[in-house]
Amino acid sequence: MGIAKKLGQLLATVLLVTLFSAFLLTLLPGDLADIIVPFGTDAQREQVREDLQLDAPFPVQYARWLGDFVRGDLGDFYNGPTSRRPVAETVKEALPKSLELMLWAQVIALVIAIPLGVMTAYKNGSKLDRFSGIAGFAMLAFPAFALGFVLQYFFGVRLGWLPTGGFVPASVSVSGHVKSMILPAITLAVAQIAIYMRLLRSDMIQTLQQDFILMAKAKGLSSRTVLFRHALRPSSLTLLTVAGLNIGTLIGGALVIEVVYNIPGMGLQMAKAIGGRQPIAFQSMVAIIAIFYVLVNFAVDLLYTVLDPRIRNASN
Amino acid sequence: MSAPHVVDGPAPTGLPGAGPLLEVRDVRTQFSSPRGKVRAVDGVSFTLDRGKTLGIVGESGSGKSVLSRSIMGLLPGNAERTGQILFEGRDVSDLDPEARRALWGPEMAMVFQDPMTALNPVLKVGRQITESLRLHLDMDKAEARETAVELLRAVRIPEPESRINAYPHEMSGGMRQRVVIAVALACGPKLLFADEPTTALDVTVQAQVLDLLAEQQRQRYMAMILVTHDLGVVAGRADDIAVMYAGRVVEKAPTRTLFSGMRMPYTEALLSAIPKLADPSHTRLNAIGGRPPDLVNPPAGCAFAPRCPYAKERCHQEQPVLTETAPGSGHFFACHYPVGSPENAEVADQLEAKRLMSIAPPPPPLLQGEGPEGGEV
Amino acid sequence: MDLGPSMAVTVEAIEDQAPAGAGRKKLGAGAWLAIGWIVGLGVLAVIAPWIGVPDPTETFPEYARSGPSAAHWLGNDGLGRDLAARIIYGTRASYIVGFGAVAFGLLIGGFLGLVVGFFRGRVDAIITPLMTVLLAIPQFVLALALVTVLATPQRAGETINPSVRLGVVVLGLGLVSIPILGRITRATTMAWSEREFVLAARAMGAKQFRIMFREVLPNVVPAMLSIALLGVGIAIVAEGGLALFGAGVQLPTPSWGNIIATDKDQLARSPHIILITSMVIFLTVMALNYLGDVVVERFDVRESVL
Repeated sequence: MGIAKKLGQLLATVLLVTLFSAFLLTLLPGDLADIIVPFGTDAQREQVREDLQLDAPFPVQYARWLGDFVRGDLGDFYNGPTSRRPVAETVKEALPKSLELMLWAQVIALVIAIPLGVMTAYKNGSKLDRFSGIAGFAMLAFPAFALGFVLQYFFGVRLGWLPTGGFVPASVSVSGHVKSMILPAITLAVAQIAIYMRLLRSDMIQTLQQDFILMAKAKGLSSRTVLFRHALRPSSLTLLTVAGLNIGTLIGGALVIEVVYNIPGMGLQMAKAIGGRQPIAFQSMVAIIAIFYVLVNFAVDLLYTVLDPRIRNASN
Repeated sequence: MSAPHVVDGPAPTGLPGAGPLLEVRDVRTQFSSPRGKVRAVDGVSFTLDRGKTLGIVGESGSGKSVLSRSIMGLLPGNAERTGQILFEGRDVSDLDPEARRALWGPEMAMVFQDPMTALNPVLKVGRQITESLRLHLDMDKAEARETAVELLRAVRIPEPESRINAYPHEMSGGMRQRVVIAVALACGPKLLFADEPTTALDVTVQAQVLDLLAEQQRQRYMAMILVTHDLGVVAGRADDIAVMYAGRVVEKAPTRTLFSGMRMPYTEALLSAIPKLADPSHTRLNAIGGRPPDLVNPPAGCAFAPRCPYAKERCHQEQPVLTETAPGSGHFFACHYPVGSPENAEVADQLEAKRLMSIAPPPPPLLQGEGPEGGEV
Repeated sequence: MDLGPSMAVTVEAIEDQAPAGAGRKKLGAGAWLAIGWIVGLGVLAVIAPWIGVPDPTETFPEYARSGPSAAHWLGNDGLGRDLAARIIYGTRASYIVGFGAVAFGLLIGGFLGLVVGFFRGRVDAIITPLMTVLLAIPQFVLALALVTVLATPQRAGETINPSVRLGVVVLGLGLVSIPILGRITRATTMAWSEREFVLAARAMGAKQFRIMFREVLPNVVPAMLSIALLGVGIAIVAEGGLALFGAGVQLPTPSWGNIIATDKDQLARSPHIILITSMVIFLTVMALNYLGDVVVERFDVRESVL
């Protein structure tokens, strides 16, 4: 019952989001066909107008777009009046790259932030705590794209350890692939590290004040067991919630970082769509990202009920 | 000022050939706070034999909880403890964390006050019991689970085989406190601290939990330190009672002796705070007026003097020393003008008159026992 | 090792005599430094024409891509324009975007949040789900879509009027911030509306709007202010991101974002352009975040609300 209701909400949100993004297109000044194929002949423009049913009223256009979208047809990317490529193909290539980038960033962020958050909460007020507090503050203030360029410069240009940009598929070279992902993933992870660390620390400090921690300690368990088994798990719920909320920031950051590092993911493709004035392609990609975002939040919701037995039982 | 010492009475019991299980010598615990040192425990000594129960009684803020945590070594980072703690003759006061952790569980364990907060909300109760079994007793998974089921059965949890997979929030307060007790009993400790084990529970459950503790204690031949604010709780259950006030023991005696001839006005005040079954239902409870003293700057004389109805000039200036009523009696108290001394007669009469007044008017016989306060002890 | 268990007993003993009224301290040196940086840059940007800062669009071809020199303190960009001048003048656009977008978002989102949090009921039932839907699109993507749609040249080769583009960027980022600012204001308002003094005012029959503005709003302001300060930094950075997509402030008008975006390919040869500009953005955002924290501390804004 709970899940069915959530699925309903999910569907409604996705519909509203795509409706909204389709509505945005109607705000475009002038003739869409002019924008899409600016140098085409009148006949070619007429063709585009017909393909996209541009003369039909908005609800019809939206219904057509939605129908195509559901069937996996995301429209075409017009490279010129005659050459075009299905957006679905582009997305199929680009989306996994963006997802991989985000996944690595998230993994790096958690691997660094969790132990640091736990240790700084445990050693509240220590040198480590104060230092990482200041470092976190600075990391949060450094714009991701600027950090991308700075890292690119130092590790790519000056030290020459890692490529300054570009994407190497794992099928071509695994080590090349890993190398090409390191800097972008770190760049994207930095702000997340700061957020998660801060959050986990303040949450853990509260958890460590709880009676059940004292009781766990009184069982003679080692500090590590007490911290990671007894204290981290209740605190991880907060972490998970924020990680879910953060996905939006992460997506925005990933798009920008793809442009910075020239990784042909969704961000770079969207930049191309903007540069090539392809509103339909752009809209489809916005919709894909929004749907992904909604789905992730839905998954976080589900995971939340798995992790917290109190919620699990309440929903049963 | 010399520290008051409590020396236990003779007649050592316990395992033949063994000394006392626990010996506490002049323990002092201070907390650093923004205002200065908080002297939570200020020179406490006693001994406890195997299988015996010591009741520690006092108001909140009297240092009784800090005392039990000081003995166990379960203090926060801003605490500073001095004095000696001998456990089975071994000095355990300055063990390193590793060695101290080895004691917690198989040697000493604690039952915490509030079962609603003492269990980890996201771990199954079984896991919370088995983890110490596996750590201290090296049991494998199946063995630990079996033992945990037996423990839950021992603390009278119905259907322990299924309850072991429950989360704390699926249980009532009384059930949770039984789990807390099972966790404490898991590794068969020789000494159990029970820190206000029933305060957070319904009145109806309190007696059951206390009886359970007593039963387990007898079966396991375990010593227990029962910390409470309620003299009524320890009345039938402790072998000895120590009354604490402002971080010190102010009276200590075998239970029977204490109730029959208490000397310390504070003990008397605590006792009169317990409603008596014999009292008419409209009797006003004698709460103790005033508040416990500031533990950063304790008063110069007797700490209880500001609240004591019998206090005289001397009480405000000179701190009374813990002394034994008669050599060998085992009854110690720290008071210049103990209960029953001639100097107090006048005040005592006034108090008694007041008490009698408070009983009036007598309730109509028909309604007796039906008042909301009636019949609960 | 101690885990620092809670000791109800000591806490009780200590709290009893805790000094009252602590916390109303003077602003620290850090706060003044942050204010000085933010205000100083702003003043510099305004008075730039009168203090000998060169025109940010004037090119010095012989200095193209060169690093700091006596003539050009911070060096020159890819076209030879004075970098110091571009950063100082860029402050104008970046500040307009940062403060403008947040002001816009706060005006609408803050008002909606206040009304919805105070009156709840039907207004809440309509507006809050709408905001939730807006939040279902990642903020940056939404802003990018808005700016792209509202300020795209109709034909290739055409350009958009820079001030129109600036307005659209402010509007886009402002719209995006409405649901976030609205949600925070709503939560804070709801918390304050339950307080005794508000209930008392209601009971005394004061007019609802009067209570909302006189009793509730002043207490909600600190939380809004602190989140607004963070928001300004986020908007300034977001403009940089938009600029990378060609959707930031329109050239040749400089903004911090488009200074970096324009010369991103010069990173290997003349890194000073990006490094110096990044440092300016970094320091500004850090100053804003710091001030946001100061507000939280001084006014005891509860973290949970943020």
